[in-house]
Amino acid sequence: MIALKNIEKYYTNGFQKTWVLRDITTNIAQGEFVTIMGPSGAGKSTLLNIIGMLDSGDKGEYHFLDEPVMKLREKRRHELHKSYMGFVFQAYHLIDELTVYENIETPLLYRKVKRSERQSMVAEMLDRFGIVAKKDLFPHQLSGGQQQLVGVARAIVARPKLLLADEPTGNLHSAQGEIIMDLFKELHDEGMTILQVTHSEKNASYGTRILEIEDGFIREDYLVRQGGLIGH
Amino acid sequence: MIKTVDLAKVYQTDEVETTALNQVNIEIKEGEFVSVMGPSGCGKSTLLNVLGMIDNPSGGEYFFNGEEVGHLSERKRSNIRKHNLGFVFQSFNLIDELTVFENIELPMLYTKVPTSDRKKRVEELLEGMNIMHRRNHFPQQLSGGQQQRVAVARAIVNRPKVILADEPTGNLDSANGDEVMKLLTELNASGTTILMVTHSQYCAEFGNRIIRMLDGQVVTENVVKQYL
Repeated sequence: MIALKNIEKYYTNGFQKTWVLRDITTNIAQGEFVTIMGPSGAGKSTLLNIIGMLDSGDKGEYHFLDEPVMKLREKRRHELHKSYMGFVFQAYHLIDELTVYENIETPLLYRKVKRSERQSMVAEMLDRFGIVAKKDLFPHQLSGGQQQLVGVARAIVARPKLLLADEPTGNLHSAQGEIIMDLFKELHDEGMTILQVTHSEKNASYGTRILEIEDGFIREDYLVRQGGLIGH
Repeated sequence: MIKTVDLAKVYQTDEVETTALNQVNIEIKEGEFVSVMGPSGCGKSTLLNVLGMIDNPSGGEYFFNGEEVGHLSERKRSNIRKHNLGFVFQSFNLIDELTVFENIELPMLYTKVPTSDRKKRVEELLEGMNIMHRRNHFPQQLSGGQQQRVAVARAIVNRPKVILADEPTGNLDSANGDEVMKLLTELNASGTTILMVTHSQYCAEFGNRIIRMLDGQVVTENVVKQYL
């Protein structure tokens, strides 16, 4: 699904180059649940954003479903992003003046899904996440955990093939975090490809594979053992 | 335009009752730019949320354009909110995976503006705010100041009668903060009523009137200048 070859990302400051990502080469197959780990500033979020097409690399090749992303026109890139990807962010990114229902519905409005179909897709999400009773509430009337549930519902309502998550439980208590991670596991079991950035080993143990990044390089790439134990 | 009579908001958690708003009586006329100040927890954001109809009062009355809206059904209030109010928040509230253009377009998808009009209105705003070249970028590719300009553009794209702003410069440096205040001042000069919550005396003085709150009550109201 994802093939990265020698991806580089840097910033130039006068004559000085600051590297963010160096020589990133890896493949991610459909159905994998991959965790990107590493210290702050290692380039984890940048890598996630490049794969999610919210940012682009300066050098190298990136193929998504066999399309050469870095050579595509912006419009086509945007179509790919919109048709296949869903995002969950640490800070929820809900719109405060829209209700829970409307927040979940948003991505469908940009995909020109018919009204009746939208209603059933949103209803399915509300049902699945146990938040039917909250549908007319506004984000500030919910707990952090509930807000993130809405964030995840919005990310998957359009049935993306790839779910990208940047520290999805970073603002949550551990019990709320577990609910989100259990949900990810369920989605993965149903066949969704997931790529998450996290600091938490516990969260990483829900996945199938770990990429460790440091100073912009991939330092380690290994599978997570069954039973949730992490080892090489 | 906005009038409250003994407006109250009480939060109930387990056995503790917290009074966020206590008998608030204020009136805001069309064309005013009113700043609300007060220490953290004084109820100023709650007031903004209740007046913005994204929270319900627990007592008293709230008249918007002469109509009592505090006790309307959610459906009716939602309709009034979407056609009359625009919101600007401290944290910008942009959707990271939507482009600048799409973020600004968003409120119009809920008010059924035709596609051709939508495009025209978004482009007008991009032009006016000098961010046309950023239209296909994502929020995180912009500076904080540019992000807040996008947020303001989104708040006004439906041509609201009232803008509600909660600490709109709270995450910005002073140069970018000034830009946003200038933008709000211009909008006010062209007839939009503005209600802004802020910690900053400097920002508050862009308004024509300052309301100060403490413990859920209005304690003073000062006229800074005449409004247009």
